Amino acid sequence: MKYLYVAAAPEVSLEDHRMVSGLMMSEFGFPVREMAIPAIDFAYDAARRQYNSVPVLEMLARLFPDDTGKLLAVTDRDLFVPVLTFVYGQAQLNGRVAVFSLARLRQEFYGFAPDREVLVERAAKEALHEAGHLFGLVHCAERTCAMSLATNVRQIDSKQAAFCAPCRARLTRTKGVLA
Amino acid sequence: MKNRWQILVVDDEEVMCESLAAWLREDGYLVDTAASGHEAIDKTRQRDYAIYFVDLKMPGGMDGIETMMQIRRTRPEASIIIITAYATVDTAITAMKEGAQEYIVKPCNPEEISLLVSRIVKVKNLQRENTILRKKLSRQYVVQDIVTKNARMHDILALCQEVASLRSTVLIQGESGTGKEMIARVIHNCGDRAQKPMVSVSCASLAETLLEPELFGYERGAFTGAGEQKRGKFELADGGTIFLDEIGDISAKLQVDLLRVLQERSFYRVGGSQEVRVDVRVIAATHVNLQQAVSEGKFREDLYYRLNVIEIRIPPLRERREDVPLLARHFLERLSHELGKDVRDISEGALKLLMDYNWPGNVRELENSIERAIVTCKNHELTEDSFAFLAMNGSAGRVWTPPAGMSLSEMEKVLIISTLQRTNGNIKESAGILGIDRSTLYEKIKRYEISR
Repeated sequence: MKYLYVAAAPEVSLEDHRMVSGLMMSEFGFPVREMAIPAIDFAYDAARRQYNSVPVLEMLARLFPDDTGKLLAVTDRDLFVPVLTFVYGQAQLNGRVAVFSLARLRQEFYGFAPDREVLVERAAKEALHEAGHLFGLVHCAERTCAMSLATNVRQIDSKQAAFCAPCRARLTRTKGVLA
Repeated sequence: MKNRWQILVVDDEEVMCESLAAWLREDGYLVDTAASGHEAIDKTRQRDYAIYFVDLKMPGGMDGIETMMQIRRTRPEASIIIITAYATVDTAITAMKEGAQEYIVKPCNPEEISLLVSRIVKVKNLQRENTILRKKLSRQYVVQDIVTKNARMHDILALCQEVASLRSTVLIQGESGTGKEMIARVIHNCGDRAQKPMVSVSCASLAETLLEPELFGYERGAFTGAGEQKRGKFELADGGTIFLDEIGDISAKLQVDLLRVLQERSFYRVGGSQEVRVDVRVIAATHVNLQQAVSEGKFREDLYYRLNVIEIRIPPLRERREDVPLLARHFLERLSHELGKDVRDISEGALKLLMDYNWPGNVRELENSIERAIVTCKNHELTEDSFAFLAMNGSAGRVWTPPAGMSLSEMEKVLIISTLQRTNGNIKESAGILGIDRSTLYEKIKRYEISR
């Protein structure tokens, strides 16, 4: 039996961890397991004051338990890849590990008052998006699909926390990898 | 349809290269990476990348600008985006002057890259559509359209360019389906006559009595049904090129007429007494061995030497197997677009199968096979299963023993008859199944006296 692991860094609250794992279970229908991962301070880039997601994915690949099908990690640190100013998350396309960040999904990142409801909604969409990449889905042209590319929160807010019908069909064909 | 465009990311810093490649792959593009300018040039020779991201500062004596200039020599139509961590106005100006489409500073905003690539892809889709439509209209071919990495084919293409502007007659020899007409069009389009018409005539498809007026035209009242004067193909090709396909099949009388046109550059319309002068370059083609036909007395020796001023022999596909993967990918890209199917790739196993196949119908058979595989493909990749029908065509299929004493030509006749019956006499479809072109099929129908 292979599990879909949802891992959380220490700064992520138990509530948020449960929220993501619950979503994964209901959306993908696989047995989901939770796990804790170490802090990602080693990936901190002082010049950019952000965390490089490339070594984070490498760490996740090393931590990959034997009974894992896919591993999705969540952090509250602001992530980047070297060539881009930031990323909401990064996944190995059709691979094993992915990570996404709550940092830029929070209203307070943009100077607004915290809004738990907005955060949960955005986190659900990003978790689905990165998990979709893990199952081989690429960006979707349908703006409301969770797999559509979002490069700002306005675009995330205009998506739905669900896959469009064609992406769902592709997912059904490919997610057998965990069975 | 963006997934069909291929992107090459060139950066000596592996982490930069891989992170940009990963980002673009998530966007659905096919992405390769190169760690140096030299590697980028090598990969450019092997694959047709539409978009390049090239880092400005790279060690090894070949920086981003030099890499870009070399890429542009091989792929002038490619879009090149220079990326740099050290932006200055001077480098930006130099990059743009040397042909960079965009200049971006890393780290870049994800939105910027995404918009940039989607804008380039949109333009490329339009350009491709435009090219396809233009080609459909004019059916023109230039050297770049001949997909090959075979040394003999490169020699042929070089020869085509060399002789393109001469008026000398060209004789193209090659098996059915090797692309004789395409080579003729390359010669026509590369020369001074490119703006004038190239008129093709399939000599095997018409009986002698029809071919003569077709070639030379006729005067009013020349024969029953000649209600008014009509210009022939030679006149229509005036100033341009006439392509005479399956020249080996013309009658003895037409051989004499043709010899006269080649010598005098003039002829008489059927039923006419006035000499018509034309300036036409003749390119002839045949799949039969004309020299042998001459020795057997079936073809005039003087006409053979008139035609064979410049000789081009196109090798069959089985003698240039290295072209099979290139051609397969080329047809896959073009046909999946034309057929509106989202088939993006072809598996290594399928390519090996195609490489091992003997291709009696040459490039045309390969094109038909790819089309058939795309039409029946249920996902995004052609696999070995997609080409199962080839195994049935070849020795892997069921063993069939012909009746004892049956000659090769008898067997060919039986096969043509049964194919025609299966297609209700549809010549195009039958030719496709048999892996020969229509004119060859007409010629064989005529030779075996098969009634349709």
